[in-house]
Amino acid sequence: MMIKLTGGKVYDPTNGVDGEVRDIYVSDGRIVAPAPEARIDEEYNLKGRVVMAGAIDPHTHIGGGKVTIARMLMPEDHARDEVAHTDLTRAGTGHALPSTMITGYRYAEMGYTACFEPAMLPANARQAHLEMGDTPLVDKGAFVMLGSDDFMLRLIAEKSDPSLIKDYIAWTMHAAQAIAVKVVNPGGISAFKFNQRKLDLDEKHAYYGITPRDILVTLARGLLELGVTHPLHVHGCNLGIPGNVETTLATIRAAEGLPLHLTHIQFHSYGIGGDRHFDSGAARIAELLKQNPNISIDVGQVLFGQTCTASGDSMRQYNGAKNADPKRWVVMDIECDAGCGVVPFRYRDKSFVHSLQWAIGLETFLLCEDPWRIFLTTDHPNGAPFYTYPHLIRLLMDRGFRKDMMQKVQPDALKNSTLPSLEREYSLYEVAIMTRAGPARSLGLKDLGHLGAGACADITVYVDNADREAMFARPELVFKNGELIVRDGKVTKVVQGATHVARPAYDPAAIEKPLKDYFDRYHTMRMENFKLSDEEIVEGGRGKIVVQPTKARAS
Amino acid sequence: MTAQGEGSATELFQNVTCPFCGLLCDDLEIARTGTTLKVVKNGCPRANAGFQRVLPPAKPLVGGREVGLRDAIEAAAALIRDAQLPLFGGMATDVDGARAVMSLADRACGVVDHALSEAQYRNLKVLQTSGWITSTLTETRNRADLILIVGSDVDKLHGRFFERVVCAPQSMFKDVAKRTVVFIGEGLDTSAASGGRVGEVINLECPSGRLTDVLGVLQARLRGAPLAASEPTSPKRGILATLLSRSRNVVGKSPEIAGVKLAQIDLVAEKCKAARYGVMVWAPPSLTLPQADLAVHLMCEIIKDLNVTTRFAGLSLGGNEGSPSAASVATWQTGYPLRVSYANGRPDYDSYRYSIGRMVAENEGDLLVWTASFSTDIGPPVTRMPTIVLGTPGIRLSQPPEVFIPVGTPGIDHAGSLVRCDNVVSLPLKNLHRSRLPRAADVLAAVERAL
Repeated sequence: MMIKLTGGKVYDPTNGVDGEVRDIYVSDGRIVAPAPEARIDEEYNLKGRVVMAGAIDPHTHIGGGKVTIARMLMPEDHARDEVAHTDLTRAGTGHALPSTMITGYRYAEMGYTACFEPAMLPANARQAHLEMGDTPLVDKGAFVMLGSDDFMLRLIAEKSDPSLIKDYIAWTMHAAQAIAVKVVNPGGISAFKFNQRKLDLDEKHAYYGITPRDILVTLARGLLELGVTHPLHVHGCNLGIPGNVETTLATIRAAEGLPLHLTHIQFHSYGIGGDRHFDSGAARIAELLKQNPNISIDVGQVLFGQTCTASGDSMRQYNGAKNADPKRWVVMDIECDAGCGVVPFRYRDKSFVHSLQWAIGLETFLLCEDPWRIFLTTDHPNGAPFYTYPHLIRLLMDRGFRKDMMQKVQPDALKNSTLPSLEREYSLYEVAIMTRAGPARSLGLKDLGHLGAGACADITVYVDNADREAMFARPELVFKNGELIVRDGKVTKVVQGATHVARPAYDPAAIEKPLKDYFDRYHTMRMENFKLSDEEIVEGGRGKIVVQPTKARAS
Repeated sequence: MTAQGEGSATELFQNVTCPFCGLLCDDLEIARTGTTLKVVKNGCPRANAGFQRVLPPAKPLVGGREVGLRDAIEAAAALIRDAQLPLFGGMATDVDGARAVMSLADRACGVVDHALSEAQYRNLKVLQTSGWITSTLTETRNRADLILIVGSDVDKLHGRFFERVVCAPQSMFKDVAKRTVVFIGEGLDTSAASGGRVGEVINLECPSGRLTDVLGVLQARLRGAPLAASEPTSPKRGILATLLSRSRNVVGKSPEIAGVKLAQIDLVAEKCKAARYGVMVWAPPSLTLPQADLAVHLMCEIIKDLNVTTRFAGLSLGGNEGSPSAASVATWQTGYPLRVSYANGRPDYDSYRYSIGRMVAENEGDLLVWTASFSTDIGPPVTRMPTIVLGTPGIRLSQPPEVFIPVGTPGIDHAGSLVRCDNVVSLPLKNLHRSRLPRAADVLAAVERAL
C-alpha cells in the first residue's frame, strides 16, 4: 500500500531539509523515494502542516525496577491522574510516574515514537524489558549500567587484559539486551556500599583502589574500540553538589578526546559563587564543550511541580533523601552489581535552589551552539515528567514566553545565572535536530529520526501554531511504521514498537569461562539465567528486536 | 490433557529455576521421565514436594461436568460478562499470567489482588509511608558481616536461604569478617547458621507478639536513650498492651524486655554499630503479630538510623506463589501494588477496601475468578459467590467451582518468568514438558477474547 503525505513543510535535518515543502511517500512501513507515477492508496493533504520524523527520547526512565519502586512509593500521585480504559486502550495512571501503557500512549500522543531507558541494571534487565514490553506504540531500547559492578571493578583493579574487559562489556550488552552502556557515579555506587559517602573523580575507591577517572576512561575506550555507536553515557560524580561544575569540567578533560555523552548535565553544573554559594556553571561548561567536539550532552531540565527522582546513584540519592517531599524514600544495594535510590521531590518556583536549577537548564540549552550535541530531556521523571516537553520547547523557541516565565521564579536565582541576558530562540530545524536527528545519530539508529528513503515511516505532523507548546503537545497525525496511530493528539490504533539493541563482537569462550566460575562461586543466579533471550522480549506479540549496526571491533 | 511428557527416556534439565518459593533458586537439576520429575540436585523440602508431586488427572469442568477447554472458556466468559463486580484473586502465576489477569480485569471492570498480599502489605504499608533501605540476595551473601533474622523461621520457609546466603562458603570480597548471626523471635531454629563463614550466633528468644518491644528497645538503645524496662505486670496481649509496655520506662532489678535481658539487647546494639554491612532479614508471612507492619517499620527505622554512620540494609523474604510478580506487574501497569478496582473503568486503589480476602469474607463482589498454578494449598476461600478456578490439578477446593480449568505450572509445564523476593532480580522459568496443560495466561486471554 502506498501512502502519500502531500505538501507539508518538512524538517529533516539528517537529510538537510529545512522547512521545504515536500511530498513523502510511504510503502510497507518505510519511507520510499518520491514516486509521482505510483498508485496512491491513501493521501493526506498536509498543506501548512509541519512534518518531522517521530521524536526520540534518548534518556527517559520508563522501565525497570526503580521506576516501579517509585510507582509503588507514590500512590497519591497517581490518584490525580487515573485514566480509564477505552475500546482501544488500557486503563492506567499518569502524572509523574505513568504506568507503562499510559507511558506509551502519551509519548505517542506527543509525537514521540522511540524512547530509551538509560539505567538498566544488568541484574534487573529482565524486568526492565518486561516493563518496556508493556509500553506500546513506541520503539524502546536500554543502556546497561556498568562501572560499579564488582566484576568490572576487579578487572580494572587487576589491570586485566583490555581485550578481556571489552569482552565483558560486550557480553553484558548481549546478556542484558542493551543498545549502549551507561556509567552512574563511576565506582561510587559500589563505594557507598563500603561506606564511602562521596567519590571525586580522582578519589580512590576504598576497596578496589581505583578512581572514577580509571573507570570512565576504561569504559569509554572499550566502547569506542568495540565499535558501539553511542559513546559511554555518563552520569558523573557528585550529582547535585554545589561546586560540582569543577568535577564536570574535569570529566570532560579526563576524556582526552574519547567520545562521552554527559547526561542530565544540569544536575552537574553547579558553582559555589554568589551570596548563597550556589550559582550557575552552565557558561563554563558550554565554553569547554565548544573546544571538545567529542562530548555530547543532554540537559535534564527541571520544571516546577511534584515529581519523584529515580536513579541508580544510591550514594547521591541517599544524601538527597533528607529533602524528600513527601518524606519517604528508598535506597537499595543491588547484587554487588549496582544500586538505586528513589526520592520524591517537588520543585517549587519560589525556591532559590529550584529556580536556579530551572535557569541553569535553560542556559545550557541556549549557550550550547551545536544542536547536534545536545538533546532535549528532563531526565524523566527526575527533572520533570516527560509530558512537560512541549512547555520546554516553547521556553526555548519563544523568548517573550521565556521572559514571562522568568517573572514567576525566585528572583535572586536569576541573578546567579546568565539566563536573563540570553536572547536566542531555537528554530524548528534545531528542535528537529535536538529531538530527532541528533539522538538517532548518537544512538546509531540507522532508520530512525529522519525522513529519507529507507527510513522507518515514523512520522509526526503538527499544525503550525505560533504557540509552540500547544503545537508540540498535540500533533495532528502520528504514523508508526506507516500506520496512523494518533489523530488530533489521541491514540487511534495500538501497535507494538521494536526493541533496539547493539551487539558488538566478543569472544564467548574467553569471557564466559571466568564469568561462569564467578557466578557459581559468588552469585545467587546462574550465568546462563542471567542472559536474556530474544524470545523473552518478543514473545506474546511484543514487537521485534532490531540489531543496530556496530563498527568493526578495533582489537 | 494432563498427559504427557513424551516417551520413557529420561531427560535432564540443568540451571532450572524453582518456582515454589520467593528465593527462586536457579541451580536445580531436574530429571524428567515421562510425566515424572525428580529433583536430582540442589533441592529442598519445598522444591522436592513441588516438582515431584504426582499430577492427578484433571479435566475442565463446568457445573461439575467434564467439558472441553473451549466450552469451559465460553462458560467462564459468560459468567464474567454477567458479573457486576468480578474479583480476580489468587494470581498465583508468573509474569505473563499476572499480565493476563490485569488485562482481563481491566476489560471486565473487576478487582485484582493476590492470595498472599496480606503478607506483602506488611511491607508495602511501610514503603508507602516512610520507605526503606534494602539489600538483595547476592549483596547480602557476599557483603554482610552481621545478619539479624527477625521474627521469621526462615529455614522452614526458605529451605536454602542459609545454604545460599548466610552460610555461603566464599565472599567476593577479601576482607569480610566472619559473620555474626542474630536471631530475634520465638522458637527460631538457629541450627542452620553454621559453617566456615559464620562466627558468633546470638539468639534473643522472645514471644512473637512481643517482637516490637524488643525492636523498640533496640532502637532506643541505638539512639542512646537511657531506657530500661521490666516485664509488664499485665498479662494482656495485643496492640494496646504492647504500646503500654513500650511506653513504660521502668527500671527493674534485672532489666528484661519480653524475656530478653537488656544487656543482650545492648550487646546486639553494639554489634549493629560495629558492623560494616549489616542486614536485617524478615519474612513478611511469618510476622503474624497484629501490628506486623509496625515491626517492619521499626526495623526500617533502625536501619535508617544505623546508616548515619555505617552501612545497613533490610532484606525481605517471602514472595511465594508469584506474589512479587503480581505486585510488580500490577504496579507497572496501574501504578498500584494490587488491590486495585477497575469498576469505574479507571484503576482505583484502596489497600483496605480492595483486599479480595476481605471482600470475599464480607460478600462484596458477585464472582470470584481464582488463579493458582503452583501449589495445591492456595485454593479459593469459602464463599457464596460463584467461582471460576484456574488451578493446578489437585488444588484444594473448599467448594465445587462453577468452572474449573486445570492449568500448567510455570517453570514445569511451560516457560515463563518470575520476580524474586528482593524485587530486583527476575528469573526465567523453563518448560520441563511435564504435561500439555495450558498456560493460565493463554486461558485468561482466551476468556477475554470470548467476552
